[in-house]
Amino acid sequence: MSNLIILCPLLIHLLFSILLMFAWRSLKWQKSLTIIGNSFALVASIWVFIFIYENGTQTVQSGNWEAPFGITFVADMLAATLVLLTCISGFAVAIFSVVSVIKARLKFGYFSVFHFLLMGLTGAFLTGDIFNLYVWFEIIIISSFVLISLGGERNQLEGAVKYFTLNILASMIFLTALGVLYGLTGTLNMADLSQKIVLLENQALVEICAVLFLVGFGIKSAVFPLYFWLPASYHTPPSAVSAIFAGLLTKVGVYALIRVFTLIFVGDLFLETLLISIAILSIFSGGIGALIQNNIRKVFSYLIICHIGFMIGGLGLFTSVAIAGTIFYLIHDIIVKTNLFLISGLIYRLRSTSSLKKLGGLYSEYPKISLLLAIPLFSLVGIPPLSGFWPKISLLLAGFERENYWFVGAVIFGSLITLVIIAKVWSEAFWKNPQPVKKWKNFVDFCELKHIQKAQLIFPIAFLSVVSLYIGFGAEHIQQLSERIAMELMDNQQYIDAVFKTRANAR
Amino acid sequence: MKTIILRTASDFLLPVLLLFSLFILLRGHYLPGGGFIGGLVAAIAFVLDAFANGLKNAKSLLKIHPGFLMPVGLSLAFLSAISPLFFDLPIMTGLWASEPIPVIGNLGSALIFDTGVYLVVIGAALTIIFTISETA
Repeated sequence: MSNLIILCPLLIHLLFSILLMFAWRSLKWQKSLTIIGNSFALVASIWVFIFIYENGTQTVQSGNWEAPFGITFVADMLAATLVLLTCISGFAVAIFSVVSVIKARLKFGYFSVFHFLLMGLTGAFLTGDIFNLYVWFEIIIISSFVLISLGGERNQLEGAVKYFTLNILASMIFLTALGVLYGLTGTLNMADLSQKIVLLENQALVEICAVLFLVGFGIKSAVFPLYFWLPASYHTPPSAVSAIFAGLLTKVGVYALIRVFTLIFVGDLFLETLLISIAILSIFSGGIGALIQNNIRKVFSYLIICHIGFMIGGLGLFTSVAIAGTIFYLIHDIIVKTNLFLISGLIYRLRSTSSLKKLGGLYSEYPKISLLLAIPLFSLVGIPPLSGFWPKISLLLAGFERENYWFVGAVIFGSLITLVIIAKVWSEAFWKNPQPVKKWKNFVDFCELKHIQKAQLIFPIAFLSVVSLYIGFGAEHIQQLSERIAMELMDNQQYIDAVFKTRANAR
Repeated sequence: MKTIILRTASDFLLPVLLLFSLFILLRGHYLPGGGFIGGLVAAIAFVLDAFANGLKNAKSLLKIHPGFLMPVGLSLAFLSAISPLFFDLPIMTGLWASEPIPVIGNLGSALIFDTGVYLVVIGAALTIIFTISETA
């Protein structure tokens, strides 16, 4: 049964979080174990990705229960890609946190919970059962609560409370929607739901259910009216934690939206209009919010909201070109957003402040690091040929095709405002003369770190920048991949067949 | 709360509760019960002892730090979940022994999984309660 390998990354993360709990007392062991574990997971996810790329969608019926009854794990191209991206980000962030997160936090099982978080993410991407998706969401948010509140500083707890409240609310709405859906159809398997939901008479209730899903996932992915928890909480935990949050937690909401609205609730005109309006408003409010912020991590937090709009809008347009754009943007965004928060952590380490007003002079003092940091920053803006540029072509093309000029305008506005913001960040943080900063008592300056520690801070950023560069310069490959994923998503029969085919074979 | 009645009662209740928790654990597959509830009952046994005879006594009864039970339980569950992979079956498939054992009944990998859950629940519940009562 070669298709069992699709669960490898998930199992590796689980195994290593258990091993890390055994190594509770020794931080040194934990640090090495987490790097080994993440490397294994990375290799496994590359393997899975290649396997899926060559053999198409694979499924595992866990517990050997047949498809609509048991929990099915489905690795289609989208899931495999996202698992790969999760493992890439996880690998980078794990190395970064070895140095950047302080001992008091690491001591309370930081790495173990970190692996649980990654396990939850891979599980959410791989599952083909919507209730199981809820369970993975719970694993994700419980571990993220731990990570966001570890350390227990005052403003951190304040952020954690906001994060906690809204995410629990989102989970409850999601669960309610699930209940309604199960009551309507009597099944939870997504492929089965996709077949049964079109046969229902009561389509009005289906639509209400879809809106409930939209609200639930919308809170998680921080779209327009529901995003306030994000900028209130993402700047409080250590930057390694916010990097993994920024890169993956909101994207898991976007993933869920993509999955649900391409597989279960398909072709609803009202929903498409709703998605596009939400997207446009997210781009505007996120962009303008980022413009007035002064803390570098808050700027990046608002940019997350702004760019979520691009993806939701692409989903709303619902043509294969638009979906391809969305997928490409998703791939680009996970890597770049993770990197941005790592950068904010590095800048904090260099200067001991995150305030744009006080930062400055980084370019003259650290020219090589600055050049490295320029890559992700300008990839984010999408200066051709860097990675942010290519998906926008698809999105704009789809916008013109559907003659939705509002969305076209919003994408252009979003790109422009991102450019303005990054230019502002660049000139304030890298060029301007710095202001004196009062340093914390036991703050370790970057220059005082050992060589290996410096390398551990720089390597993850360089690694992610190389991935970003590949996405930019190898855009042809990524575009082909995105188009293939978009085709798979638009033609969901192939997904359904993959889920139920194994049943025919097993008999 | 060091009353003589509670102390005497807890001396008798502790073994009874532990036995009862094992009973619930073993009963769990087809009847109400299982690792989670069994684990909670076992945790209650130790919490009761901590109330009656003090935290120190409960800790010395347990010998190891309760937090250590969590990884042990998780690894048991993990092993039982992946064991079907060695028989070319999908993950988490229940493996069953061919012959039932007297008193206990038919043994399967589900029991190992449930035992894992049992240990994790004891570990987690006791860690939380002991930490709270230490700081309180």
